[in-house]
Amino acid sequence: MSIQISCPHCGPRPMEEFLFGEIPVTPDSLTDPRDRDLDRGFMHQNPEGPTVERWFHLYGCRRWCTVERDTRTDEITEAG
Amino acid sequence: MNEFVERLVSLRWAEPKKSYDVVIVGGGGHGLATAYYLATRHGITNVAVLERGYIGSGNSGRNTTVIRANYGIPEAVRFYQHSVELYQGLEQETGRGLMHERKGLLWLAHSEMGARAERARAELNTAFGADTVYVERDDILRICPQLDLDGGGVWPVRGGSYHPAAATARHDRVVWAFAEGAMARGVDVAQRTEVTGLKTDRGRVVGVDTPQGPIHAGHVLSAVGGHVTSLVSKVGLRLPIRTHPLQAFVTNHYQRQFHPIVASADLLFYASQTARGEMLIGAEIDRQPSYSYRAGHPFIQHCAHRAMTLLPLLGKLKVLRQWTGVCDMSPDYSPILGESGIDGLYLTTGWGTWGFKAIPAGGEQMARLIAEGETPELIAPFSLDRFARDRTLADRGSSGTH
Repeated sequence: MSIQISCPHCGPRPMEEFLFGEIPVTPDSLTDPRDRDLDRGFMHQNPEGPTVERWFHLYGCRRWCTVERDTRTDEITEAG
Repeated sequence: MNEFVERLVSLRWAEPKKSYDVVIVGGGGHGLATAYYLATRHGITNVAVLERGYIGSGNSGRNTTVIRANYGIPEAVRFYQHSVELYQGLEQETGRGLMHERKGLLWLAHSEMGARAERARAELNTAFGADTVYVERDDILRICPQLDLDGGGVWPVRGGSYHPAAATARHDRVVWAFAEGAMARGVDVAQRTEVTGLKTDRGRVVGVDTPQGPIHAGHVLSAVGGHVTSLVSKVGLRLPIRTHPLQAFVTNHYQRQFHPIVASADLLFYASQTARGEMLIGAEIDRQPSYSYRAGHPFIQHCAHRAMTLLPLLGKLKVLRQWTGVCDMSPDYSPILGESGIDGLYLTTGWGTWGFKAIPAGGEQMARLIAEGETPELIAPFSLDRFARDRTLADRGSSGTH
């Protein structure tokens, strides 16, 4: 059984129906506009552990939902 | 690694000392190859390789063992061609059987655009030293009689490129050969030794932390697969890397010989036959970033459906094993190797889905950089600062497949 994401509109659906969307975060410590542009363009947080993401229900209601996922296990703790 | 294997190759594990000239984090192919070339080419043997699990337990033991150089940009063709050549001489150099077998790779095109891309690939590869030719349908059938050139009536094959030098090798034997060669010359390899942090002194990386205590190092190389972002974040470094799972599977024994490696960029899969006769199928990465080794049925379903379009023989076989590795994907599908921008810390990462074929060249070039202090010309384009310099190396020759 594949991992399920609870879509607020469609209920629990297989992860394969969804498209991953990152919430990009540029650290405040980067103050130089050039560094900030570089960070926004290329860098990733690539978090190892619990993280909050946006997922798009591509093969479903085609709406976005917010998902809490542990990237070490793919366990989904919350979706809304 | 079990006792049986340890008797075959003479691996002598070490308790890490307090200080080394070079500490390499990660006992996979790239880390061990760098240690091997430091010892054999530069006489630098005061080196430790620290591995959190057992050697080759990460992507070096999870890849689909393809060795090839038919990439899409000059920098990559030159680099991977060098690696293909090093692999060809590796059994003789290390004195170990690596089951290196030249197979040839067919890259199929299903559209006029695809055929044009394969013609361009053949021209570019030839110009930069890798042997690739454009082949028509007749030639394709001669090279691989099992192909359904009508693609099930949906994906007819228009043509393709053929890269005769493409090969496969047994991946864990490659890891063990480099480990053995490095150990024999005095390199310490420690398994189950996790690096938990990086030690810095006035902006320079001067060692690593482990649960067994700190280890001082003149140079630290991160040859970590999958978890490099966490490691270098300890010194405030951000990387253009996202870690995605990549799955693959093998079927049970296919009774006839299936000689070449077959890839289709449109159908996003590739197939070859292992030395045991299993059909090995790989495809593209999972779309969500993750560190999980979870493997699932949806992947087999998608991938088998596409593979059977061109290779109906697969329909009679059963899936035997499925597994997952985690790939460090760079935004331009090219590796990131060289200096990190922080003194004393070097990186070899961004090996995405193309790391195994690069092990000898990557190791050799990183060893040269660490020993001589100057970035060799062959890997200079792949430096981390290319993103800041606006010199990214978009290489569609490796995206998705391999």
